[in-house]
Amino acid sequence: MSEGLLGSELFRLILGLVIVLAFSQLNALFLVWLERKVSGHIQLRPGPMEVGPHGLLQTIIDGVKLVGKELIMPLKADRKLFFLAPVLVFTPVLVGFLVLPFGPGLIIHDMNVGVLLVFAFSTITVLAILTGGWASNNKYALLGAVRSVAQNVAYEIPLLLAVMSVVLMVHSLSFSQIVASQKTVWFVFIQPLACLIYLIAATAETNRAPFDIPEAESELVAGFHTEYGGMGFGLFFLAEYTNMFIVCAVATSLFFGGWNGPFGISLGIPGVFWFLIKTYFLIFVIMWVRWTFPRVRFDQLMNFSWKVLIPLSLVNLVITAIVVKII
Amino acid sequence: MDELEKIEGNERVYSLNLGPQHPSTHGVLRILLDLDGEYIVKADPVIGYGHRGHEKMGENRQYKQFLPNTSRMDYLSGMLYNHGFVLAVEKLAGIKVPERAKYIRVIASELNRISSHLLWFGTYLLDLGGITPFLYAFDDREQILDILDAISGSRLTYSYCRFGGVSRDVDMKFIEMTRAFLKRMEARWVDYEDLVTKNVIFIHRTRDVGVISLELARQYGVTGPNLRACGVAFDVRRSEPYEVYDRFDFEIPTGSKGDALDRYVVRFREMQQSCRIIDQALEHLPEGEIMTPKVPQKLSPPKGEVYTAFESARGLTAYYLVSDGSPGPYRCHIRVPSFGNLNVLNDVLPGTLVADAIAILGSVDLVIPEIDR
Repeated sequence: MSEGLLGSELFRLILGLVIVLAFSQLNALFLVWLERKVSGHIQLRPGPMEVGPHGLLQTIIDGVKLVGKELIMPLKADRKLFFLAPVLVFTPVLVGFLVLPFGPGLIIHDMNVGVLLVFAFSTITVLAILTGGWASNNKYALLGAVRSVAQNVAYEIPLLLAVMSVVLMVHSLSFSQIVASQKTVWFVFIQPLACLIYLIAATAETNRAPFDIPEAESELVAGFHTEYGGMGFGLFFLAEYTNMFIVCAVATSLFFGGWNGPFGISLGIPGVFWFLIKTYFLIFVIMWVRWTFPRVRFDQLMNFSWKVLIPLSLVNLVITAIVVKII
Repeated sequence: MDELEKIEGNERVYSLNLGPQHPSTHGVLRILLDLDGEYIVKADPVIGYGHRGHEKMGENRQYKQFLPNTSRMDYLSGMLYNHGFVLAVEKLAGIKVPERAKYIRVIASELNRISSHLLWFGTYLLDLGGITPFLYAFDDREQILDILDAISGSRLTYSYCRFGGVSRDVDMKFIEMTRAFLKRMEARWVDYEDLVTKNVIFIHRTRDVGVISLELARQYGVTGPNLRACGVAFDVRRSEPYEVYDRFDFEIPTGSKGDALDRYVVRFREMQQSCRIIDQALEHLPEGEIMTPKVPQKLSPPKGEVYTAFESARGLTAYYLVSDGSPGPYRCHIRVPSFGNLNVLNDVLPGTLVADAIAILGSVDLVIPEIDR
């Protein structure tokens, strides 16, 4: 391998994309297994046990089953949009991986607007959900899609405001700079409120319980993906878990010190492992929440966002701005 | 979508078919909803998907042959329906029941009531999106099913009560199992309080949701926990005591507002009261016979009619039997509580959200096959 090839940005991007594709798929499969195990143990049952040791291969078998299924499109559905939606939901999720700092230097493309890029692309997910719900020609799917749009619009604002507080402190939108400035003290100790708001909003953003109202299986059957079967459903499903990984990885980078060990102590563990440990722990917390709480109602969710989260995050942002200016 | 759309003056209103295949319409209920956005304009429950003609079957066969049918109407409180039917026939034919059998029946019935309420508790939380309590409740319910399986040989459709007693005597193992269950539940009530009753999201989802006013409850003949949630302490076990219920010390839990939270609390307390009844019944369980000797195989009660009401898990349930002196009833009518409890939704659902509709539907605890029979 020549020096020029490795150094070239294009090669780096392509290699990165291949790794990201492989990693995101494996990661999603692992997370689905983890979710089933976590839910099982919370619910006093062992979870999947049959395929592979402790059911580790269960999700792979499930994936094979989904791939083998016939693609069924409802009568009078919009054919193009119906098949576009599952693809559309997965692509923006992949882009997020490009700027995530897994370790020092272990970042596919260190952009100076990385933070902005992740959130800009994650918004496309909602477009895909709306497309899927609309194209399905099903009232439950449509209701789910409409709910999803309203929910995402409401929660994007506190999410970004919480992120802005951190950005203001570092004066940078680049992930590696944000992580580097948390060498000794993680931002979760300086910005606990922003961190909490981010985690709540991120749970809602990824349509996870207790904010899973676009899917709300007991109300809307399966919400926006009611009419999807086979790999169409599979892609929505994988996207949900990949999305969850991304919001947790972003939370790790912004608030939990990214690849840094706690208080600058690395214990000899490589940065990338610190990053993954923290990310998977956050994912575990989100799963824990899902299997503990009932679902909130749609209007309560909106009220909570507009009347509590947004004012709180605004106040937090203003205070941060003033403090940063004084110091 | 187009052909289903209802225009009728309001172009914003569209109809949504909730059920009969929907995860939250337990059983085979179908509700036609007219929606404006997510708000319900009109709700129209459609029943009849589970009609099997149980009443007619009762008239076509002997009393004894109808016994297994009774536990298939409300499959969640089969023991209670069994019990009620046996009471009605005993009253019609003038059969005396030994004391021990009476106590055993009460214990079995109350166990069945708890299992029915536990299933409701689990599925209600499932409707609200909380999946974990469902599995906890089913774990507890499993203990009851094991106990009832040990005495009747069946987990759901028991046919345990007989005219003049019960089919099998209980042994020490049954008493130990029941006591162990009561002990286990004492710790579980605390868990459930912490996990569900005190949960902020749960309270927000149920408080002031689906208020059934006392007036409305009276108009539709709402009974059981749904009526008690409105503040009326009406329980057949207390107001017209049957069997030996007048010998036990238990409370009738009541609510005040008649909202979904009140209905939840009433059912929750009822389970605890049932545990109290079982505890007392085990304490005073008399020795002796479990069957009255010489009950004829082919029972032909004298001419007459009988109306026997009892408290099933869902409310006032009653058998009305008319005998013309033949081995089978001339008329067999059953009053089921779910019918009133369902139709009150006509007036309760409009104005609420779809999400609320599910919360209300779950909170009234319907078993559709008992309506359809």
